[in-house]
Amino acid sequence: MCGIIGFIDRTKSRMDGSSIKAALSLMNERGSGDGAGYAAYGIYPEYADYYALHVFFDNLAEPKKKVDELLQQWGEIVHQEEIPTTPQPGIRKVHTPWRYFFKPSGDLMAGRMDSEKDVVTYIVMEVNANVKGATIFSSGKNMGVFKASGWPEDVANFYRIENYKGYIWLAHNRYPTNSPGWWGGAHPFNLLNWSVVHNGEITSYGTNQRYVEGYGYKCTLFTDTEVVAYLFDLLGRQHELPHEMVVRALAPPFWDDIDRMPEKEAELNKAVRLTYGSALMNGPFAIVVGTDDGIVGFTDRIKLRPLVVGENGSKLYISSEEAAIRVLDPEVKNIYTPRAGEPIIGRFIE
Amino acid sequence: MTLGSVPPKFKVTIDRDECMDCGRCIENCSYGVYRREGDRILIESRKCTACLRCVSMCPRDAITLTEKPVDYRSHPLWTREAREDIINQARSGKIILSGMGNARDLPVIYDRLLLDACQVTNPSIDPLREPMELRTYIGKKPSKLKFRKTESGDVELDTKLAPNLKLDTPIMIGHMSFGAISLNSQLSMAKAVAETGTFMGTGEGGLHKELYPYQDHMIVQVASGRFGVNIDYLERGAAIEIKIGQGAKPGIGGHLPGEKVNEEVSKTRMIPLGSDAISPAPHHDIYSIEDLVQLIRSLKEATEWKKPVFVKIAAVHNVAPIAAGIARSSADAVVIDGFRGGTGAAPKVFRDHVGIPIEAAIASVDQKLRDQGVRNEISIIASGGIRSSADLAKSIALGADAVYVGTAALVALGCRVCGNCYRNLCPWGIATQRPDLVSRLDPEAGAAQVSNLIHGWTLELSELMGAAGINSIESLRGNRDRLRGYMLDEGMLKILDVLPAGA
Ligand code: SF4
Ligand code: SF4
Repeated sequence: MCGIIGFIDRTKSRMDGSSIKAALSLMNERGSGDGAGYAAYGIYPEYADYYALHVFFDNLAEPKKKVDELLQQWGEIVHQEEIPTTPQPGIRKVHTPWRYFFKPSGDLMAGRMDSEKDVVTYIVMEVNANVKGATIFSSGKNMGVFKASGWPEDVANFYRIENYKGYIWLAHNRYPTNSPGWWGGAHPFNLLNWSVVHNGEITSYGTNQRYVEGYGYKCTLFTDTEVVAYLFDLLGRQHELPHEMVVRALAPPFWDDIDRMPEKEAELNKAVRLTYGSALMNGPFAIVVGTDDGIVGFTDRIKLRPLVVGENGSKLYISSEEAAIRVLDPEVKNIYTPRAGEPIIGRFIE
Repeated sequence: MTLGSVPPKFKVTIDRDECMDCGRCIENCSYGVYRREGDRILIESRKCTACLRCVSMCPRDAITLTEKPVDYRSHPLWTREAREDIINQARSGKIILSGMGNARDLPVIYDRLLLDACQVTNPSIDPLREPMELRTYIGKKPSKLKFRKTESGDVELDTKLAPNLKLDTPIMIGHMSFGAISLNSQLSMAKAVAETGTFMGTGEGGLHKELYPYQDHMIVQVASGRFGVNIDYLERGAAIEIKIGQGAKPGIGGHLPGEKVNEEVSKTRMIPLGSDAISPAPHHDIYSIEDLVQLIRSLKEATEWKKPVFVKIAAVHNVAPIAAGIARSSADAVVIDGFRGGTGAAPKVFRDHVGIPIEAAIASVDQKLRDQGVRNEISIIASGGIRSSADLAKSIALGADAVYVGTAALVALGCRVCGNCYRNLCPWGIATQRPDLVSRLDPEAGAAQVSNLIHGWTLELSELMGAAGINSIESLRGNRDRLRGYMLDEGMLKILDVLPAGA
């Protein structure tokens, strides 16, 4: 059980984090105080061209030295600082959250990596797998993840979430069952500009994990949600599938439905299942993903987890509960529940 | 002979109070255990193979068959079998032949792997009420898809799919040739696979014309002897399989004794009547992976690239890199046959001592293909000792796309695994060409039994998947997370890449 929220303003007008905090806290029944987190897009306009790397350090000595060295080896750090926090009675500060604004160097990349994004992906995998005492938990541009073990309100107050303004917000209230309640295991999970909040359990995890690991991703965070971020990066960025097609691969229609489709559509869906069978996600889940150009929400193929959508003008809300959406926007107009596996996509208006 | 004879293995007795003297045991025993002398039925236990035909046919349940206790002085090293093999070879100077699979008492890895089930946090899925998808496509897959946007803004597929076999259930019947087994056995299985929406292999015995109606469910085999292979044969198959090796006898060819080559077999195989059909150890046109690639391409070219081509190899120590080489050829599937695979006839020393277990082979092949980034482009079919739906589920969780069953299908037809298939005397009409014995197997009844088995396993697989919260076979494939090892050593756990029970 977990509570999730996704919000986008399609005109990119920004909203501060206070109402997200309130909405998430409303779903405390869906959490256990073991983890909560927020992702916000559009929060670092002054560093919009740099990758904002958020790192949990166990201490600022040895692990930080290693991360600094690795980053300097691959590019330039234009700014770094401890992420401002305020002590909360409900949170034991086990890690120091830190942020770097980083740009991979073109020269260093030449001949070794195809793009800046490959370099950043490599650094994230390298640190998370091999640098003891450091975990990069956010690595996108002009966005950031803020998470910890604790109740949603405490985590929000800890990071002073109301001080950030974003046009996409994702939030998550955690009730861990199959993995430890540690800071890195709280949602959202992120790689580059992909961030994922998830309610459920992925029974195909073993298959999905071995699939993405074949492409160099390393699953190190002890939880099944991590793999969703990598699947989106692999299919969405590396294979360049449109978001609808990524969802089609992850939660495809049943064969019986495919058999009833017109020939061309059936062929397309068959091709997706044959090619991306190992990316198919099984088990109960409701997921919202933040991306470069909007948000995507969807559930598993038989809808074993709830998901509600609300709309109001340029604003689109996706959440586990209608009540949470109503806290965010009491004026919300159009509320509905999507069908199982149906992608809900909110894109920016150009 | 100074050696004398070895003691009989079985002891057959008739409860004379029960016996009604109907003589069915005499009629049914093709090995000649029973004979009538005056008003008495005499028994020659020495000839018994424990095929159980007599026991099953006796109307009075009067026959008892027991394994005869060892008459030798017991010895941990010089077992009865070791001594008897020596005695037999001292007498004959020949290779000892055997039928069916490996008969050594080695630990079975399947039995030390445990499957998972859901409790509370993710719901188990009820296959009676929710869709459960076992449909499996065998063949080449693209590594990624390309789409294009049409002028109207629709997304269209830009990648063309290679031909694949569509299986309604991931269970196929492996290659058992006409010659090794009877036409009635093949017919039974052909009807069964057509009914259950799956496929069977022809073996290296050609395709008998009575099987033509089921050709869309047949995978035709090209083995080193090339028996029965011509363009018509290739075109009739739904897929083509090149057999490099077989689990029961890796590294050697096949041998069908002349007694089994009757007129029909000789016509179908395109060899002279009564001649031994000896397929060579290697294909005489394949001495390297490049040669194999050429054969795959020629077969594809000959059939206009419309049929998937599989390559079957025995599970040997180096199986993973070999399979990886095959994966990077134009092959559509690699078939791995483990050391418990059955056979009509093999030198016993091969059957029992060469090769590796299928479980380890699947795990290492799947991993190697992943390491090389080609796992998604080729299918893995596993075979060799799959006895139940649990073995099937575990094979898929280890990384197979589908399995071939052989012995299990024969057992469904009546086989009692007596291991005498090479003698042309199979009392169940399975591994024989003797018309009187063949006629004992009714293809209709046989087909019903085999399709019942496939149905039964399919239902059980659905239940196992549902219990694990999985509703599509894709999510079981290679999902080693849903397996735990019990009483397996650390080295094996590492090869299988599964955690120990409790972890
Ligand atoms: S089949 Fe049974 S009843 Fe008939 S003769 Fe043999 S032992 Fe007696
Ligand atoms: S097929 Fe016939 S001969 Fe071979 S093991 Fe089975 S019962 Fe015995």
